[in-house]
Amino acid sequence: MASKLRLSVSPHVHTHETVTGIMLDVIISLLPATIAGTIIFGWRALLVVAACVITCVLSEFIFNKIVKEKPTIGDLSAAVTGLLLGLNLPANIPIWQAVIGSVFAIIIVKCFFGGMGCNLVNPAITARVFMLVAFGSMATAAFPVDAVSSATPLSAEQMPSLTTLFFGNYGGAIGETCTLALIIGFIYLLVRQVITWHIPVAYIGTVFLFTLVLEGFDFVAALSAIMAGGLFIGAIFMATDYVTSPETPNGKLIFGLGAGIITVMIRQWGNYPEGVSFAILLMNILDPYIGIWTARKVFGGVKADD
Amino acid sequence: MALSLHGAHVPHRKNTANMPAVRIDTPKSVNIPVLMHIGKPSSPVVKAGDHVDVGTLIAKQEGTISVDIHSSVSGTVKKIDETLLSNGSTCKLIVIESDGEMRVDANIAPPSINSKDELIEAIRASGIVGLGGAGFPTHVKFNVDPSRIEELIINGAECEPYITSDTRTMIDRADDMAYAIGLFKKFLGVKKIIIGIENNKPEAIESMKKLAENDSEITVSVLPAIYPQGGEKVMIYHTTGKIVPLGKLPIDVGCIVTNCTTVADIGRYAKTGMPLVEKCITVDGSAVNEPKNVIVPVGTSMEDVFNFCGGFKSEPHKVFYGGPMMGVTVPDIGQPILKNTNAVIAFNEKDSKLAESEACIRCGKCINICPFGINPPAIERALREKDPERMIKYGASACMECGCCSYVCPANRPLVQRNRLAKGEIKEHYARQAAKEAKK
Repeated sequence: MASKLRLSVSPHVHTHETVTGIMLDVIISLLPATIAGTIIFGWRALLVVAACVITCVLSEFIFNKIVKEKPTIGDLSAAVTGLLLGLNLPANIPIWQAVIGSVFAIIIVKCFFGGMGCNLVNPAITARVFMLVAFGSMATAAFPVDAVSSATPLSAEQMPSLTTLFFGNYGGAIGETCTLALIIGFIYLLVRQVITWHIPVAYIGTVFLFTLVLEGFDFVAALSAIMAGGLFIGAIFMATDYVTSPETPNGKLIFGLGAGIITVMIRQWGNYPEGVSFAILLMNILDPYIGIWTARKVFGGVKADD
Repeated sequence: MALSLHGAHVPHRKNTANMPAVRIDTPKSVNIPVLMHIGKPSSPVVKAGDHVDVGTLIAKQEGTISVDIHSSVSGTVKKIDETLLSNGSTCKLIVIESDGEMRVDANIAPPSINSKDELIEAIRASGIVGLGGAGFPTHVKFNVDPSRIEELIINGAECEPYITSDTRTMIDRADDMAYAIGLFKKFLGVKKIIIGIENNKPEAIESMKKLAENDSEITVSVLPAIYPQGGEKVMIYHTTGKIVPLGKLPIDVGCIVTNCTTVADIGRYAKTGMPLVEKCITVDGSAVNEPKNVIVPVGTSMEDVFNFCGGFKSEPHKVFYGGPMMGVTVPDIGQPILKNTNAVIAFNEKDSKLAESEACIRCGKCINICPFGINPPAIERALREKDPERMIKYGASACMECGCCSYVCPANRPLVQRNRLAKGEIKEHYARQAAKEAKK
């Protein structure tokens, strides 16, 4: 018996929280948006999402095989990327485009940079931007709501009503239109303590206030601005990606603030219909610097006075 | 006071809090290592064949930072052996065969304490070390200029899961504590005594409040039960608001922090003259049949202790000294109970499983939970790149190894272990720098 005792370093207890568990929570939190998207856009939407998930998981599996490393698809992060990318695409996109986007997200953005935890930018967001650029007009045409908000920002005659924006029965990417479903997912993530409120609230709040000021305190316009154009899915699910966002509360607030400002600026003065995606991508790049600016102070200082 | 330090909501599992300590049957033999404290190993003053009684000096202090060690049973010294300690070093081991009579040494008599020097000498002669787990010689800690002491903080936080031996001290031995506090006030001139307790020990709080009732100089500070509340610097900050700068001692900010059982044992020595030869320890864990608080002679083997607690209800797969957050695992249950042991815990197979470590997902949970604002993943990277400057910058030297970072890591990374390794690298780095300076 004596020789069977296990020696290990402390601590000997653990929260039992796992990476897979966190990813599973993210998947669960995206189910309302997936269901809403399927109801709004039909079975074709589910096909797009499924194509993305399957391609992402397969890509990572094949990459693992090629470079002879342990398979990492079990942590479900590839599935999350696929799900997020799928929800960010319009239901009428050709499947081959969805597949190429998924391969790009996993292989180029994630695996080439070292896989889980090492990617500099969010794979799903980057793939969405890539598809916009690569597939040109098709992709642009596929995002009607953003296109509207870009050309003539939130002009009353072209914007759906607030109720429509809340329930999501209008044109756009599969998962981005139904604000209600996204808020349900947000609450789930908060309750499960997967994410904190900082980034989504700072991001959406900044967009709201900035738009409010620019629109001369037109509350309807400001509310439309936050519910349209994929802001909720971006702020709640993409900007909060652990790997590409700051760790500390202050860092998260700065990240959200910056993303909000960039989003409104692109929407108001830019030519691209992609405020949210570009804003998150740019803030992803700034993330390491935000981490340096907002590092916690070491208790008692890092060096003795003498 | 500023904001509270961060920490973990670890499970309490204080199963034995309502169990007064029971005395173990006299063991057949005890194994007493001469290094049960921080500092130099004590040197044995007995040899094989010598007769010893309870309280007989068997190893004497070697240098300043060291302590005397006394026999915990009456009987015959069987041999002086070498032993491997759980920290990987070796030291001499005194093996004493008990005659079962537990006869007390004839020279044991209450010390006369009439001055500060006599108080320090009494603490020295008692062989008492910091009983919170660190084992720092108590006489060294108290041997300071009394005018520097602004607050004496008695640590009754007992923030580790399972352990309740300090809780029992505060409930059952308040008179010993009061006696020692009286000495501190009289001879060290301490004007402010703070007893810090986590709020999950209502009985201990009540007992300590009673102790402080008629004394305006003693306050009981009830603290939230957030691990590591009992960390020395954490305790100082939460009870006084003072921050101990890195590389400095509590006394540099006018504080002495001492464990409540240490205080009680000083009181007992002052009253009876019996040195530190027995310990109240908590025996618990999923493999233990009847968890208990047990009073055991120092040097008793874990096996005897577990047998006294009804043996195992399932095969133990991991056994360690202390609590599960900072405890040190042992290779076999033949290991002895040490002066600074406050618990022995045995886990069954399920609790002993180690989850596989995965890639860091940068969730930041470790960074946000660290009481001291250390950045464990950055230290991990600096360690991989052998960059001691960056390890220092991200706070590795401040790490008290409480284990919160590893506890919350969803990727099961051995973060606290990496911090330990980083501290070693930093030490070497400073040594290299010093050598370079010396050459100039």
